[in-house]
Amino acid sequence: MIHSLFLINSSGDIFLEKHWKSVVSRSVCDYFFEAQERATEAENVPPVIPTPHHYLLSVYRHKIFFVAVIQTEVPPLFVIEFLHRVVDTFQDYFGVCSEPVIKDNVVVVYEVLEEMLDNGFPLATESNILKELIKPPTILRTVVNTITGSTNVGDQLPTGQLSVVPWRRTGVKYTNNEAYFDVIEEIDAIIDKSGSTITAEIQGVIDACVKLTGMPDLTLSFMNPRLLDDVSFHPCVRFKRWESERILSFIPPDGNFRLLSYHVSAQNLVAIPVYVKHNISFRDSSSFGRFEITVGPKQTMGKTIEGVTVTSQMPKGVLNMSLTPSQGTHTFDPVTKMLSWDVGKINPQKLPSLKGTMSLQAGASKPDENPTINLQFKIQQLAISGLKVNRLDMYGEKYKPFKGIKYMTKAGKFQVRT
Amino acid sequence: MSAAPAYSEDKGGSAGPGEPEYGHDPASGGIFSSDYKRHDDLKEMLDTNKDSLKLEAMKRIVAMIARGKNASDLFPAVVKNVACKNIEVKKLVYVYLVRYAEEQQDLALLSISTFQRGLKDPNQLIRASALRVLSSIRVPIIVPIMMLAIKEAASDMSPYVRKTAAHAIPKLYSLDSDQKDQLIEVIEKLLADKTTLVAGSVVMAFEEVCPERIDLIHKNYRKLCNLLIDVEEWGQVVIISMLTRYARTQFLSPTQNESLLEENAEKAFYGSEEDEAKGAGSEDAAAAALPARKPYVMDPDHRLLLRNTKPLLQSRSAAVVMAVAQLYFHLAPKAEVGVIAKALVRLLRSHSEVQYVVLQNVATMSIKRRGMFEPYLKSFYIRSTDPTQIKILKLEVLTNLANETNIPTVLREFQTYIRSMDKDFVAATIQAIGRCATNIGRVRDTCLNGLVQLLSNRDELVVAESVVVIKKLLQMQPAQHGEIIKHLAKLTDNIQVPMARASILWLIGEYCEHVPRIAPDVLRKMAKSFTAEEDIVKLQVINLAAKLYLTNSKQTKLLTQYVLSLAKYDQNYDIRDRARFTRQLIVPSEQGGALSRHAKKLFLAPKPAPVLESSFKDRDHFQLGSLSHLLNAKATGYQELPDWPEEAPDPSVRNVEVPEWTKCSNREKRKEKEKPFYSDSEGESGPTESADSDPESESESDSKSSSESGSGESSSESDNEDQDEDEEKVRGSESEQSEEDGEKRKTKKKKVPEGKGEASSSDEGSESSSSSSESEMTSESEEEQLEPASWRRKTPPSSKSAPAAKEISLLDLEDFTPPSVQPVSPPAIVSTSLAADLEGLTLTDSTLVPSLLSPVSGVGRQELLHRVAGEGLAVDYTFSRQPFSGDPHMVSVHIHFSNSSDTPIKGLHLGTSKLPAGISIQEFPEIESLAPGESATAVMGINFCDSTQAANFQLCTQTRQFYVSIQPPVGELMAPVFMSENEFKKEQGKLMGMNEITEKLMLPDTCRSDHIVVQKVTTTANLGRVPCGTSDEYRFAGRTLTSGSLVLLTLDARPAGAAQLTVNSEKMVIGTMLVKDVIQALTQ
Repeated sequence: MIHSLFLINSSGDIFLEKHWKSVVSRSVCDYFFEAQERATEAENVPPVIPTPHHYLLSVYRHKIFFVAVIQTEVPPLFVIEFLHRVVDTFQDYFGVCSEPVIKDNVVVVYEVLEEMLDNGFPLATESNILKELIKPPTILRTVVNTITGSTNVGDQLPTGQLSVVPWRRTGVKYTNNEAYFDVIEEIDAIIDKSGSTITAEIQGVIDACVKLTGMPDLTLSFMNPRLLDDVSFHPCVRFKRWESERILSFIPPDGNFRLLSYHVSAQNLVAIPVYVKHNISFRDSSSFGRFEITVGPKQTMGKTIEGVTVTSQMPKGVLNMSLTPSQGTHTFDPVTKMLSWDVGKINPQKLPSLKGTMSLQAGASKPDENPTINLQFKIQQLAISGLKVNRLDMYGEKYKPFKGIKYMTKAGKFQVRT
Repeated sequence: MSAAPAYSEDKGGSAGPGEPEYGHDPASGGIFSSDYKRHDDLKEMLDTNKDSLKLEAMKRIVAMIARGKNASDLFPAVVKNVACKNIEVKKLVYVYLVRYAEEQQDLALLSISTFQRGLKDPNQLIRASALRVLSSIRVPIIVPIMMLAIKEAASDMSPYVRKTAAHAIPKLYSLDSDQKDQLIEVIEKLLADKTTLVAGSVVMAFEEVCPERIDLIHKNYRKLCNLLIDVEEWGQVVIISMLTRYARTQFLSPTQNESLLEENAEKAFYGSEEDEAKGAGSEDAAAAALPARKPYVMDPDHRLLLRNTKPLLQSRSAAVVMAVAQLYFHLAPKAEVGVIAKALVRLLRSHSEVQYVVLQNVATMSIKRRGMFEPYLKSFYIRSTDPTQIKILKLEVLTNLANETNIPTVLREFQTYIRSMDKDFVAATIQAIGRCATNIGRVRDTCLNGLVQLLSNRDELVVAESVVVIKKLLQMQPAQHGEIIKHLAKLTDNIQVPMARASILWLIGEYCEHVPRIAPDVLRKMAKSFTAEEDIVKLQVINLAAKLYLTNSKQTKLLTQYVLSLAKYDQNYDIRDRARFTRQLIVPSEQGGALSRHAKKLFLAPKPAPVLESSFKDRDHFQLGSLSHLLNAKATGYQELPDWPEEAPDPSVRNVEVPEWTKCSNREKRKEKEKPFYSDSEGESGPTESADSDPESESESDSKSSSESGSGESSSESDNEDQDEDEEKVRGSESEQSEEDGEKRKTKKKKVPEGKGEASSSDEGSESSSSSSESEMTSESEEEQLEPASWRRKTPPSSKSAPAAKEISLLDLEDFTPPSVQPVSPPAIVSTSLAADLEGLTLTDSTLVPSLLSPVSGVGRQELLHRVAGEGLAVDYTFSRQPFSGDPHMVSVHIHFSNSSDTPIKGLHLGTSKLPAGISIQEFPEIESLAPGESATAVMGINFCDSTQAANFQLCTQTRQFYVSIQPPVGELMAPVFMSENEFKKEQGKLMGMNEITEKLMLPDTCRSDHIVVQKVTTTANLGRVPCGTSDEYRFAGRTLTSGSLVLLTLDARPAGAAQLTVNSEKMVIGTMLVKDVIQALTQ
């Protein structure tokens, strides 16, 4: 299936290669570079590139292209999903997944890749299992290894792969037993010129950090499970239990994992927590345009909106902008024409605004389109859909764990057309 | 020890002044001249006794390999360490070996004995890893050793080792394909394995080595289906895609009958969905060849596959979801395919690469099954931050989804896209508009006007693209658009894009009779600039000249000759050829007379308008989700998806002699129990379907489950099983033995009449399941046949009650004509809602409608047209209270026609309607003929826009038209909402003041029991009951259909009959009317 993997950085250097079958020359990447050149932007490189003898499937994450080489028919999503899993694993191992980090840990990376695929077919992709096979580097362990000469590879052979619960390693021990769940909801919305919602939906995830001793069996129930319209589960969740009782029952993997992602049914109208008032005008044959935006809270259920950032891609004709924000800081990059305004918290008494003028290219006619405004924000302690966890129970172990639930609402792809 | 600092420097990438021997960094160095020396120090390190030094060396070597540097000359030094005690060193040596063994075959042989020893190790992990490395060494000499090792490992006790053996099979096959026969034996053996660990890997081996040996799957088919949910994600993908192919060879097409029966109705409803017929063409042919085929009954194994893959739509892995989606698309009956839409739309939230692949597949699917994605139209709206390739795919999907009803919204979206800064995307949008305009006649003029406006756009690319699209559109109806052609003619002065210029010239030439004055002038201008034009334009100038010469030779003769002379000396031979050819053709000469007489016919023949169609059309002959589909070209190793067989192969081949998977059948049954839940939602697939509807389906399942009551017993057991499945797997079969006996008895009792079911009787476990599923299947296929189109899905159960309904209506008309409760349309002589008669009706409905949400359903029948006024045609309607599948904002109205005349009534359909603003109607398909004494039912949707204004429309037969009107009671303008008490209170708190209407009333004695109160309220208004802590309070909640505003109703009953009714709603008018109606209902 997957023949080889090449890691390519943004300047076009192949800085890591791994082959699971016989060696494929790295010159195959030339086809990729060609496509990259044609696409101009990294995100526009087609994920599947056919070449005379191979097919190149790539994903672009953290400014690195992960290019898989395959030779025969294989579902493209299979490969793409696997590549993303590789990135996730690296992130899990090293905290960040970037070129320098991968270069620094090249041996671990190589060992991990070796375990993830056998003959191009995925073997061990659960990060819990992998971590048992190859210990992730930590500062402490690096120091200890240096002094004692011991190694990263687990000295015991892992048993996880053989267990009935393949996602959890055995013999987990903690002194503090804790289970934290973060309910994070993202609002995807397109708001039109007049402020009315064109489309809005809520996508949520429940991320968990479970550090519990032994083999706990957890059940998590919701006050209002009917809100969840479409769900996808971590493999540990017992599907039938959910179908019949709407309860999440699972033996959790150790550590961080995504338990559930869900979509809130479209019937429920989505509360839009912020509004943007905008007045952006270009005049024909004038070298100045006016720019003014104000951000304010709308339906926030009494919570504060934090971490507000406004970004907008200005038309090419804009040479520069002189703006004054009532709060926060703003930058305008005259090369990429990207305006970003870091607003911070919204104080409902004193709405943040950004006003000023744009200097336009002299003589150029006014742009067709007003820029789209992208919004980022966060609201702590609120799940905008109203989803509430009812209770969390643990079976199978004696001790009493510490449990915590956190709610958060964020902007997903939140756009305001102007 | 001493190596440690060197290593850390190594990381830093600098060859610092460490210890001289090890200080160099072999990996980062670009100076190959010193290779020899550098590798010397590594060799030295490998030769020491210290593990730490060896490890250090190995790490550096592996780092070199990772960066693509050549480290092959270290092979002898490294291979010595293959037996090293240190696990990490050993592992790295393995990595090295696998990488370089191919190049150093002789030396690699040195290591083989170590692995052979490892294969005998008591630890399963060591055995597995030894096999893994041994099989990865691509040295042909060791093929026999590998073969032996694989055979041995395939019967290893440990499933993990067996899995490794399965992985090793394709490795050996690629090394030496002569071993195929022996390997197939191993595959056969491993396919029989019952552990989930092995299943995925062995199917992968099967696919690589012998995908054509489909016969190996028969015996394992049911096992694979049942294990599927527990297999790891990667295995699931491979198994599902293999099973799709398998099912295509072994089962009959589930759509063949549908396509025969439903084709007409389908077409009438979807109008433009011709693809449907074309796509089903092959199946049609098959069906037509055997017209007398018995009614289609789905093979229980086919059903098993569909049922067991469905939960996987919930998988976190996009690849699995896609695999299930393609399986449903290729295998499921039409009515069930809808379930995949939601899951696919969910994937659109994922990484852009995933989006790209999913959208490609959605684009293909949306051509064939447009209805499936319509409810999710908005999910395909484009954001300015999407990458261009995603934008264009989304645009493709939007265009495919556009139809008569949603085209205004789609066009409004396109309007915004046109102003985008991304010019490639704008061009694609213009083409999309063109496609919408050709597909949907209603908006053609709107689109054309919009495109003409774009002609004054400042961006030339936009203008050019518009011209090209306009040209195609004009070809469809040139006569009416002389003005546009003139406008275009003016553009030739400014526009520079060759394609656009060429298009304009072609248009003017083709329709020169519409612009007789302008055409010669354009030619004059073009002749002037001829030499400076692009080739494509020059060709069109010649073309234009020729056409003008033929129609208007007086004015243009000289110009044409001038152009032709210019062309004669052009640099491009195409143009020279064309000029020569044209001249011969149009200018009458002595020899060429024969042709030139027909020149006019040649040049000005009526040309068919081009069909603008999707580039994704016909892509579905590739298996969806495959690489070949994505590339629209056959990839190496692509397995063609076979066509359905005409005759089903023997289904008994899948029977397994040993009844050892009673457990599976058990499971099957448990699923069986869940099954109605699925099948219902499958049927639904509409936008209104949500979590709220499961009680509904549950109740439906009750009605269905009478046939499968046999499974009740085992279901209790299956619950325990659920608790601890894994244990279950290990548990012996004793406990199941008895159960199995019970099953035997059961199955004997309800033997299936069809021969097919009997065929499987050799196998107890499967039999019971197959029989029960079969009986269910028949009921389902019945349904399918009854449904003429997807939107009538809800009707089949009521069709069971159709005879009853007919009786009622007869009774209704003959015996009673009491005054109505409701003022109805002008010709109304109104029938009543006989409580008793309604019982029959409501019963049929209540099987469908969740008892929790609306215990009483359906307002009684109202008369739309009396049989006297209708000349024998009597029409009644009821509000069915079911979500209207086409549009959630619509109230679905069941219309019952009965013909009491003695001639058949033909061509019943809706005529033009005069509707107040905002109100819209979704028509029912025409009823072709209604024989005397017969009755029929149709469903239509009306969007009343949250008002009680009557919808007036014409009901037409072939001969007559009747004006009728439907006025909804206010209670029908809403749909029940499920909420908890707390939510209710919260919402109520938000709707105080103006939005609250309170009224006091006295409940009559007859109306004090809970049951009656609830019944009365829910009959009056389509509200759902909200659970309530106190016994004297009743709460109901609903949402208005159009605006979705909440309607909350509270009835506080005090002792002695006093009561207070409160309605909270944003829509005050509705609130007031509702209060009135409810009070009336309660106090009567």
